[in-house]
Amino acid sequence: MQTEKSFLTVENLSKSYKLEGPPVFEGINFEIERGEFVCIIGHSGCGKTTILNVLAGLEDATSGYSYMLGREIKGPSLERGVVFQGHALMPWMTVLQNVCFAVKSKYPDWNKEKIAKHSKKYLEMVGLVNAENKKPSELSGGMKQRVGIARAFAIEPKMLLLDEPFGALDALTRGVIQDELLKICSETAQTVFMITHDVDEAILLSDKIMLMSNGPNARIAEIVINTLPKNRKRANLHLDPMYYPMRNHLVDFLINRSKDLQAKGATGELDGYQPVLVRPGVDTVTA
Amino acid sequence: MKKLSIKIKGTILSVLILLFMLFVWHLATTPKKVSAPTVSASTSEYEALMGNSSGANSMDSVPKSGFPTLTQMGQTFAKQLSHPFYDNGPNDKGVGIQLAYSLGRVGLGFFLAVLIALPFGFVIGMSPLIYQAFNPFIQIFKPISPLAWMPIALYTIKDSSISGIFVIFICSIWPMLLNTAFGVANVRKELINVTKTLEVSPLRKAFLVILPAAAPTILTGMRISMGIAWLVIVAAEMLVGGTGIGYFLWNEWNNLALSSVIFAILMIGFVGMILDVIFAELQKAVSYAD
Repeated sequence: MQTEKSFLTVENLSKSYKLEGPPVFEGINFEIERGEFVCIIGHSGCGKTTILNVLAGLEDATSGYSYMLGREIKGPSLERGVVFQGHALMPWMTVLQNVCFAVKSKYPDWNKEKIAKHSKKYLEMVGLVNAENKKPSELSGGMKQRVGIARAFAIEPKMLLLDEPFGALDALTRGVIQDELLKICSETAQTVFMITHDVDEAILLSDKIMLMSNGPNARIAEIVINTLPKNRKRANLHLDPMYYPMRNHLVDFLINRSKDLQAKGATGELDGYQPVLVRPGVDTVTA
Repeated sequence: MKKLSIKIKGTILSVLILLFMLFVWHLATTPKKVSAPTVSASTSEYEALMGNSSGANSMDSVPKSGFPTLTQMGQTFAKQLSHPFYDNGPNDKGVGIQLAYSLGRVGLGFFLAVLIALPFGFVIGMSPLIYQAFNPFIQIFKPISPLAWMPIALYTIKDSSISGIFVIFICSIWPMLLNTAFGVANVRKELINVTKTLEVSPLRKAFLVILPAAAPTILTGMRISMGIAWLVIVAAEMLVGGTGIGYFLWNEWNNLALSSVIFAILMIGFVGMILDVIFAELQKAVSYAD
């Protein structure tokens, strides 16, 4: 393996759905290191899901490039696992069959027992061994999303893409699955790119948080380095001295600063704009 | 136990409705006592010529309405159902044999339609281009009454029985084709995206994802097709004759055996219901809760 400077690189990505009119987002540049957990936050309509779909290979960008391990991303690949917003499980398959289907796609040569054993390992990881013979319709929203996560992990992708996986879950379930995800990711050193609307979720899970300005003409305005220590726990997260500087910075961006760039972007003032790197609580922030 | 379930109540009501209908039938067809028939001289002479002495009729003293009474219906049922499979030559076969002929034609025509409609519907559903290309033809051919094809079929095929099968084929194909295409085209985008990110091979995708996802819609199409096929076979057999329940019905009409006609009608309804139930069960087997 050649050593890459960065694991994933996105260069000058933009997307327009109509020929005329402003692009949804433009000038998107970022890098993700191996083993990094990156969250992207922004208001609806700024193109977060589109960026994720481009990384997944499900959608083409209008211009710009994205590379993973030095190779351009063109079309979907088993190297990138996706957890979809709605769980996207095959409703006619049982939980185990859903995971096995994915495993069989990744390892077509494996025999049935090996596939089942491998799948069960990942179902166990998300605490669902007892539900393996149930159909998705018999599961709660949280359990379905867990199956989706197990399915994505089971193909052992180099990178995991999560599209607001906990958006539809209640706060309690969400917390439990967040803890599970945190545990699994730290165990497997998984590289993750995740969309979220939840500031606390981003602080808990991510190493790096990308803040997008409002669309159209959305850009990555800031890249916030998580200044909280690595072994974060949901239970004592709010006690960390860095928590409030971090949280205030993110919330303040979403409420106040996310609009500013949009106005400038529309006039073309921002060509060649590079996102600001921020360490809330460490650097002194000037808004 | 004080509240009976809807199902039991419904059954009781059904029985009551049936009894009421039978009662009305009975009232409508009961022979009325008529005072001594006053027959004109010319009529009696005619009767005599036709071999009916007026005395023979006076036994029932009934001007027959011709519509069978319940007793006559019962006799017909008993007679037909006790020997459903007798075969006394071309014009005298048991109702079981006639139904078997009809079912055979429907089955064969339907099966051929499935063979064409499912794969073709699949292709149309998968490719918007092919859908656009074939859509005008489908739209024009779909509303044509299947019997309108009969002359063409008879002329080209030159065999009445196979023409019947062809008519079933042509009427079964459209609902199946359109439903298959619709079901295949409307598989949830998310599921397709899952197969894309998993790099599932086209064949596995077709059989393990798209087919099961579209199966309920496809089965609905097959159920509609079977319903239409069963409607059409009766009419087709009346036209081409020879065998089948449609021919049986028309033959009994020519015999002016109304009780047999009614019997045939009820048999057609009964078999049609069974066919529908079979497809409803199949539909249940492939449907899934989302």
